[in-house]
Amino acid sequence: MDLKGKKVTLHDMSLRDGMHAKQHQISIDQMVAVATGLDEAGIPLIEVTHGDGLGGASLNYGFPAHTDEEYLNAVVPKMKNAKISALLLPGIGTVDHLKMARDCGVHTIRVATHCTEADVSEQHIGLAAKMKMDTVGFLMMAHMVSAEKILEQAKLMESYGANCIYCTDSAGYMLPDEVTHKISVLRANLNPATELGFHGHHNMGMAIANSLAAVDAGANRIDGSVAGLGAGAGNTPLEVFVAVLDRMQAVHGVDLYKIMDVAEDLVVPLMDHPIRVDRDALTLGYAGVYSSFLLFAQRAEAKYGIQARDILVELGKRGTVGGQEDMIEDLALTMAKDKGLI
Amino acid sequence: MSKKLKAVIIGPGNIGTDLLMKIMRSDWIEPVWMVGIDPESAGLKRAAEMGIKISTTGVDGMLEKVIEDDIRIAFDATSAYVHAENSRKLNELGVIMIDLTPAAIGPFCVPPVNLKQHAEKLEMNVNMVTCGGQATIPMVAAVSQVQEVEYGEIVATVSSRSVGPGTRQNIDEFTRTTSGAVEKVGGAKKGKAIIVINPAEPPLMMRDTIHCLTKESPDQAKIIESVHNMVKEVQKYVPGYKLVNGPVFDGNKVSVFMEVRGLGDFLPEYAGNLDIMTAAALRTAEMFAEESYNQTIKLPVRG
Repeated sequence: MDLKGKKVTLHDMSLRDGMHAKQHQISIDQMVAVATGLDEAGIPLIEVTHGDGLGGASLNYGFPAHTDEEYLNAVVPKMKNAKISALLLPGIGTVDHLKMARDCGVHTIRVATHCTEADVSEQHIGLAAKMKMDTVGFLMMAHMVSAEKILEQAKLMESYGANCIYCTDSAGYMLPDEVTHKISVLRANLNPATELGFHGHHNMGMAIANSLAAVDAGANRIDGSVAGLGAGAGNTPLEVFVAVLDRMQAVHGVDLYKIMDVAEDLVVPLMDHPIRVDRDALTLGYAGVYSSFLLFAQRAEAKYGIQARDILVELGKRGTVGGQEDMIEDLALTMAKDKGLI
Repeated sequence: MSKKLKAVIIGPGNIGTDLLMKIMRSDWIEPVWMVGIDPESAGLKRAAEMGIKISTTGVDGMLEKVIEDDIRIAFDATSAYVHAENSRKLNELGVIMIDLTPAAIGPFCVPPVNLKQHAEKLEMNVNMVTCGGQATIPMVAAVSQVQEVEYGEIVATVSSRSVGPGTRQNIDEFTRTTSGAVEKVGGAKKGKAIIVINPAEPPLMMRDTIHCLTKESPDQAKIIESVHNMVKEVQKYVPGYKLVNGPVFDGNKVSVFMEVRGLGDFLPEYAGNLDIMTAAALRTAEMFAEESYNQTIKLPVRG
């Protein structure tokens, strides 16, 4: 693989996807410290939102330590070069949240839908594009459908005004060949001016390899997370990816030592548990289940005595999608009843 | 004099057709007109085959027959954009409007919670909220009837096949309208609504989760009783309304997990979200008919 001279825009997820791993309890000070460190290390784009996006504050997904508005107002003014992005899932967040984020100085809005449901994003992508924001269409759980289906849905988002489309491996299920195929199909058929991105999870240990495959196939934006702080086994660990890109002589603009230090000195100490491929995270990848289900399944295990792994596999069989966290307790209750545990 | 009130259905799509099939069985409502705008519409043809009068030129095509045919109830299953005009024209002629669009000109109506009040006041336009609202607000109300609910949150998960283009183009309207009705009708001080669309095949049955945060520690026995009673009330018009799990108590949090199986009239069984809308709309019309028959309300006088 030859990535020499290829330009890659790195997008940090630790303060959004990492919110899942922290049960949305990252403090304002921690957020500002990590974001400032990333800015100094040269990361161009940093996502700051509730783990489930703008408006995600809920009993269903967890109430955060602070509102999206409070986080954004604390972080945005501290940035010297980095821009801030926010995630929005239609059905959870609304255009009111989008306008709030824009007013807080958010530069990039990423509108996320399940990979077959792009048509619910029209009003949000349309408005973000109209407000001249960097507008990204984010197709989640992309492993569940064919490249042709992803392309059809990507074209919808492109037609609504998205200037960048993401193939999102929310379950950390994909292997590199699948990433290569999907990104190649998108690259060959979308408008050449439309940027492509890849968002990986490390549940099968493939995050770095998949991200490289994506760049090789034509993606120029890669999501990762410093120290891997993210849902499931975490996202593509950015400091590792930076080192790999360095060795391959790709162009990324990030200072390796500085981002190593952010990972080691700021992010690892704030983790509630080691972010690693434990048996439950591995099950997410293996069974193709949304990564943020991990802690919910582990809590259900503790409460109802059903193994998290069994719950996750059943959720995979039922074709659950992102956002269905409420299904986990419901299913655990049903399984516990069937086993005569309650 | 027949006790049945005569009705017009506006919008011959999936919802209108399902509604027509339900009304055919009603003891209280008689379907007379089906209104559309496309002469080629399958829904209009189907209605005509069932012996229903049809208009292919919208509401205007049947207005002059309203008095002659003694139309008393209108169901609007079109869109928020045309609803206001439809309602104005029919209200003027003394027709009670039951609004299945997101227009929400009139007060929200969730039958087991507040229908009786609306009927007694002879509200001339009532709005059926959203599918998620019909499925979940009775549960919020079941808790708030026992004690104060600081916060009510509902998550509606529906099959991709059961979500039409109108909802998709304005999904924010669903979250806003539903969360508003969780407060206004459900009785929660603050409401939140989330919708998740799932494309699994075969399509999943509509499922709903309702979380309430009570102000004081929840009175578990009373809440359990209230929830079970409310489920029975909804089952009177949606037999497939099922309490799957709960109420589960966790501190001041009360959670209820529901599944809604439709009757499978015109819409498939998994589309419980659409079925509960048409069933609630018919239940609403029937209540007006019952109140009128019992002479507790007087319908607008006609010469």
